[in-house]
Amino acid sequence: MIEFSKPTLEYDLLWPLLLVFGVACAGVLVEAFLPRARRYLVQTVLALAGTAAALGGVIYVGVNLDDHGPARGEIVAMGALAVDGPTVFLWGLLLVITLAGILLFAERRLEGGVSAFAGQAAALPGTDAEREASTKGLDHTEVFPLMMFAVGGMMLFPASNDLLTLFVGLEVLSLPLYLLSGLARRRRLLSQEAALKYFLLGAFSSGFVIYGIALVYGYAGTMDFGGINEAIANSTGSRTMLLIGIGMISVGLLFKVGAVPFQSWTPDVYQGAPTQVTAFMAAATKVAAFGAMMRLFYVAFGSERWSWAPMLWVIAVLSMVVGAVLAIAQSDIKRMLAYSSITHTGFIITGLIGARSASDLAKGELSSTQAVLFYLVTYGLMTVGAFAIVTLVRDAGGEATHLSRWTGLGKQSPLVAGVFALFLLGFAGIPLTAGFVGKWAVFASAMSAGAWPVVVIAVLTSALAAFFYIRVIVLMYFYEPIGDGPAVTLPSFMTATAIGLGAVATVVLGVVPGPVLDLAAHAGEFIR
Amino acid sequence: MLSGLAAESHIPVVDPAAADGVFSLAWLVIVLPLAGAAILLLGGRRTDRWGHLLGTATSLGSFAIGLAMFIALLGRDSGDRSVGRELFTWIEAGGFKVGMDLLVDPLSILFVLLITGVGSLIHIYSIGYMEHDGRRRRFFGYLNLFIAAMTMLVLAADYLGIFLGWEGVGLASYLLIGFWQHKPTAAAAAKKAFVINRVGDIGMSLAIMLIFVTFGTTAFAGVSAAASGADEATMNVIGLLLLLGACGKSAQVPLQAWLLDAMEGPTPVSALIHAATMVTAGVYLVTRSNFIFENAPIAQTTVVVVAVVTLLWGAVIGCAKDDIKKVLAGSTMSQIGYMMLGAGLGVAGYAFAIFHLITHGFFKANMFLGAGSVMHAMDDDVDMRHYGALQKAVPVTFLTFAMGYLAIIGFPGFSGFWSKDKIIEVAFTENIFVGLCALVGAGVTAFYMTRLMLMTFFTQKRWEPEVHPHESPKVMTVPLMVLAALSVLGGFLLLSNWIVDWLAPVVGHHAHEEPPLPALAMTAIVVLVVAAGVALAWFTIGRTEVPRTAPTDVNVLTRAARADLYGDAINDGLVVNPGRQLVGGLMTFDAAVIDGAVEGQAAGMGGLAGVFRKVQNGFVRSYALSVLVGALLVILALLAVNLG
Repeated sequence: MIEFSKPTLEYDLLWPLLLVFGVACAGVLVEAFLPRARRYLVQTVLALAGTAAALGGVIYVGVNLDDHGPARGEIVAMGALAVDGPTVFLWGLLLVITLAGILLFAERRLEGGVSAFAGQAAALPGTDAEREASTKGLDHTEVFPLMMFAVGGMMLFPASNDLLTLFVGLEVLSLPLYLLSGLARRRRLLSQEAALKYFLLGAFSSGFVIYGIALVYGYAGTMDFGGINEAIANSTGSRTMLLIGIGMISVGLLFKVGAVPFQSWTPDVYQGAPTQVTAFMAAATKVAAFGAMMRLFYVAFGSERWSWAPMLWVIAVLSMVVGAVLAIAQSDIKRMLAYSSITHTGFIITGLIGARSASDLAKGELSSTQAVLFYLVTYGLMTVGAFAIVTLVRDAGGEATHLSRWTGLGKQSPLVAGVFALFLLGFAGIPLTAGFVGKWAVFASAMSAGAWPVVVIAVLTSALAAFFYIRVIVLMYFYEPIGDGPAVTLPSFMTATAIGLGAVATVVLGVVPGPVLDLAAHAGEFIR
Repeated sequence: MLSGLAAESHIPVVDPAAADGVFSLAWLVIVLPLAGAAILLLGGRRTDRWGHLLGTATSLGSFAIGLAMFIALLGRDSGDRSVGRELFTWIEAGGFKVGMDLLVDPLSILFVLLITGVGSLIHIYSIGYMEHDGRRRRFFGYLNLFIAAMTMLVLAADYLGIFLGWEGVGLASYLLIGFWQHKPTAAAAAKKAFVINRVGDIGMSLAIMLIFVTFGTTAFAGVSAAASGADEATMNVIGLLLLLGACGKSAQVPLQAWLLDAMEGPTPVSALIHAATMVTAGVYLVTRSNFIFENAPIAQTTVVVVAVVTLLWGAVIGCAKDDIKKVLAGSTMSQIGYMMLGAGLGVAGYAFAIFHLITHGFFKANMFLGAGSVMHAMDDDVDMRHYGALQKAVPVTFLTFAMGYLAIIGFPGFSGFWSKDKIIEVAFTENIFVGLCALVGAGVTAFYMTRLMLMTFFTQKRWEPEVHPHESPKVMTVPLMVLAALSVLGGFLLLSNWIVDWLAPVVGHHAHEEPPLPALAMTAIVVLVVAAGVALAWFTIGRTEVPRTAPTDVNVLTRAARADLYGDAINDGLVVNPGRQLVGGLMTFDAAVIDGAVEGQAAGMGGLAGVFRKVQNGFVRSYALSVLVGALLVILALLAVNLG
């Protein structure tokens, strides 16, 4: 006899998450009931206000979390979600990135009064319908609710405390992103191809995840992270099944963060998607997916650390090396940044394998959770800023992403070139930028855990990576512009704010990283 | 505590006192030129008119503060001469703390004086040298940036602080080598310096990482206190990694190839960065890390080996070059080899390494600026085969250059005589073979420097009729005179063993050991070897006609030396070509045909290309296949590691 009981939900902890989903639903209603002319403003304000309120809520929830020794927070929603220190930290970071993302999405000055999204996505490229849509100046304001749904999924993902919620979070965050990738106003075929590729490959990798979940469930008899950990500790059932399960779930997560050998979609999708979407997606997806990965590996598979760590060693090394080497050969700025993000994935995984039990840590030593959280902050904010700058450098055909169009930018627009150079130096990890402290944190954590071969390769690749970042700076400053040269379109305050946020973070987190490191330390460990 | 070690020689622990008085201004030494650089580089054309004056003024200001601190240190007891100035906390997480702290002690203050003093002279010289360059303001901005970064490097009280300065001087050096970007050779040289220095930086970063993991801190104070108790193998690895960093910055074999090319930069840059200051950062690093190297015997021995190889390598290159700046560059390499040798010999040698570093800073800056003055006179021609008999045309340059020449070959009484002689003496005391190599190096130095002197200022006149050599303006010759005076008098630092006692609180005090021969006899031998080198140069070059074009029917050794002893070929073979192949091979995974555009890489693909070209071409099915293969690999790896 199955008994149904009413689920209990801790609304006082979960309301920021629910608010984001609520805003997304409200956005759909706005699309349905408001006249076209008024949707843009209402959607933008709704999304901004909702995100800001949710951010306020996250801060409120974070301040009031209960402290239980190494971890703080609660397992809520009948064991489906964990609202603990790292969750709240990641939520806050995601919402900050979302605020910047909304500002980028709402930018209309760059395209001369319309957004960067297709006027009529359903109209085939090159048809009369498309021409009509563009002459009328139509906009797809659905991008805002789509984005909010994705954000909801991203918040769900790192908070999920059982395998099914993990899978739901994965899908909720992915589906809107597939769609958003295909909505570019210019170079639509490229964009649609990217979206289709992303969707097909994403679906393929989701298949691995669900099969892996089934196997792990078969081993442990439970979906719950804590329960799985217990089952592993008591070592019941067939280990082969467990290991294959771990492997298959990892495939899906590693696909999302773009780790080698699951990176093949990254350059194509980053290049094809509207740059605003790329900016948001590159930063936020990585934050969410690494959050989920840490919880899964630390909490559910924590006792199996010695099984998965060597696999991640290899993945980290591959991601760093392949990303850095291929980035050198790129001639498109968006592809170069895509490969650079693959390298950064490798760096973050390096931090991830620095996992040690709390008792092994000396007092006050950087834990790997702390290092990875800090790295995600620096990487996320710099990425949003860097891609936002890519939207500004334009010629008659839209964004000028070929590197040859960036030569001599320092002469045309010292400010834009200067800020972009700052981001590149940050990515390269030059001291006094956020990137340096982030790299330092993850490398130190991995080194302390004995993963020195990975750290050696990481340092080698950062040297290699510095080469292609600096090359762009040299291109911008040391060469004369080719032909008419690039033109920098002046953005409205919205894009400028997003870029400013990234630039300030790059400098401040490089010079005084203490408060954010402390905050990450204060977040504590994952609750079990 | 290892009692045996402690009895032999005590390694001081860095334990600075809090800053007061003039020491609380230590940060201004860095910030003044930094502010100058910011104003000059961001201020744009508005600052064109007075930019060079501001740049010079900030450098002089730093020198004044450095001098005040030096005098204040002189007034203190030798035990209290280490002063720490905490600026702010850079990174703090739990118990881990990296402060932006400065350390003023006998070692760092000497460097501050050298950097800002010689730096100011070179700023003044550049006012004249760069007068007709449209981008003079930018040049001064970069020079200021360099001074700021270099003072940061030597004043830092923490390895991370050193690293910050280390990257900063690398950046400034890169910008300045490539300053004349319209010359493709300059751009290529800048790139080469950057790449080779990155190799060194890898060693540096790994060393810092390992220091942090071993000691839980990166501050000198903490590391030096715990160093004697650490595991010797770890210390050896740290030492070797630091040495790799030092090799990159100081152009020691095997990372030496960039220095000769770096001469593409304007001559004042060669004098300041690639002779007097930045390239000696490696020596500073080794000396500053004495508490590590004293506990790492293998690393210390390696320092000596690298140093000996480099000092001969550079000297041999110097013998075959016709480009006046490249001869000087080879000589710089060789002289830094001497300093490294001193530093590698341990407590007995540190002080002399620093002593030679300072005197070399004087006489080499002097000769580089002199070479610049000669080039100025000869319409920027650098080929010595086109010079000859210039001593009448540029008398001031000739006289000042001669002082530098006598100093470097170690003519008795001149500064280089005192400093090099001491290193050779210590080398003989420690190991007869090392001592012999250092002695031979001194003879070769005498040979190639005499060759340079003869080909430039004596022998027959070989310039084109349309060249009219003329003396440089006062703003250029006055710095030359100051540096010439210092080249002559630099030896005073050794008066009553002053520099040894001065540095003892930092590097430790060495019980005197008797050299195998009496000191006076040693000196006599060195002088004889030098005289032989001079005589050889006189008979082979001074007495014969120098052809205007370099003869091609030369022996194997000369040919090798002209090709920098095949340094580039070795680099290409070991690093560059395999790297290219790797990129080429991996590129086939990324044919990037999402929009059908061919990226123009097809021709460049080699290696694995043929095999993989079919696999990867932007089709989803291929990507899906790669995901599948990846998944299989992940799972098989998991199973193999755990069940195998």
